[in-house]
Amino acid sequence: MSPRVTTILFALLLVPCAAAAEDRGSAKSQVEFGIQVAQSGLWREALYRWERAVDLDPSYAPAWNNLAVAYEQAGQFDDARKAYETAIKLDPKNMLIRQNYDLFKEINDRTQKRRGAR
Amino acid sequence: MTAPRNVAALASVVLLCAAAGCTSFYEIPIETPVQPKMDTSPFSRVFVAGFISGGTDDVDANLETVRLLRSQLRSKSTMRVIEAEVLPLADLARDHVKASPAANGSGPSVPTQLDPPPAQDPAAPVPGLPVEAEGAIRTEKDLERYQAIFADEAFWKKIGEEHQSPLIVTGTVLFTNTQSSGFVNSNREVIDPLGRRVVQPYRVYMERKGFIIEPRFIFIDGRTGAVLYSDRFHEEILYPAQQNTPALSSYFELMDRLLPSFLGSLSTQRIRGTRVLLR
Repeated sequence: MSPRVTTILFALLLVPCAAAAEDRGSAKSQVEFGIQVAQSGLWREALYRWERAVDLDPSYAPAWNNLAVAYEQAGQFDDARKAYETAIKLDPKNMLIRQNYDLFKEINDRTQKRRGAR
Repeated sequence: MTAPRNVAALASVVLLCAAAGCTSFYEIPIETPVQPKMDTSPFSRVFVAGFISGGTDDVDANLETVRLLRSQLRSKSTMRVIEAEVLPLADLARDHVKASPAANGSGPSVPTQLDPPPAQDPAAPVPGLPVEAEGAIRTEKDLERYQAIFADEAFWKKIGEEHQSPLIVTGTVLFTNTQSSGFVNSNREVIDPLGRRVVQPYRVYMERKGFIIEPRFIFIDGRTGAVLYSDRFHEEILYPAQQNTPALSSYFELMDRLLPSFLGSLSTQRIRGTRVLLR
């Protein structure tokens, strides 16, 4: 194999990596902006930003965690549960995500019990 | 001296970092909305009609519960609270049982053209209803005899019509005395061998007395008379036997515990908490 072909193949291999890094970078900036607006109480905007972040990089656990929190704040419990579960699947050792999920489950279970009591 | 402190601080940072997977995090307060247990949107008015109450005679649980719920709904609900006379529901339920022996347990209670008129003398003892039950309601079993009134849609529809079809709140309230004895955990302050005050847990045998409240709240559609939702609660409180606590203050203490759940049936409750946002 000529050196030129090797270079082209190597460059082609790097393209997806570079794209992924770019996606993570964009997702990170969406996550950071989301945190800023959530801290100002603008939860809808935060939710939108974190939805965009997980669209850009579906493997970014913190974005799924934050999205779950925003869903919880909006009372969308089913979406929150799915988002937390995705975050845990992506980063099973992250104790902070687990802590959020446990707190969420406590409220969600209570709500489910209420529905069951109807 | 500062070295161990620095080590400890560093260790805690390392631990926190390990727990967080070395991600930046921000603690943020959130308010999770918990949806009401029933849809109250068709109603602009609420009528706390009255309760079949029983148990101790120290508290008129019907009157007190109506007063308390009306005042809570006035301040914590968007519906207009109807200020009408409290229904003597226990008496009405008693008449209801007498008027429809078939309803002494189940079955339709409103006479229809197909039903034969009640043949018995209303003053005569009701079959299946013990004579002593004519007076006081002391237990859950006594209350059960009168449950049929809540299924009487015609009765509640009529009450609804009198008050412009509100959401009707009714039910049963049993407020009873209780006594218990046994070992309980307690704390005492002692001086340890080094002369320091320390709190030590210990177990002590105690005679205790108190109260139990068992309300069942029933929400009825004033337009149709149909039951929309019902919820049961059980709360109890015990005091040392020598402590003399008025029944009414215990009643309010117990009701205070279950009021959030009652209000949660009618309106969205927001649960405050904190979550961690990650970067």
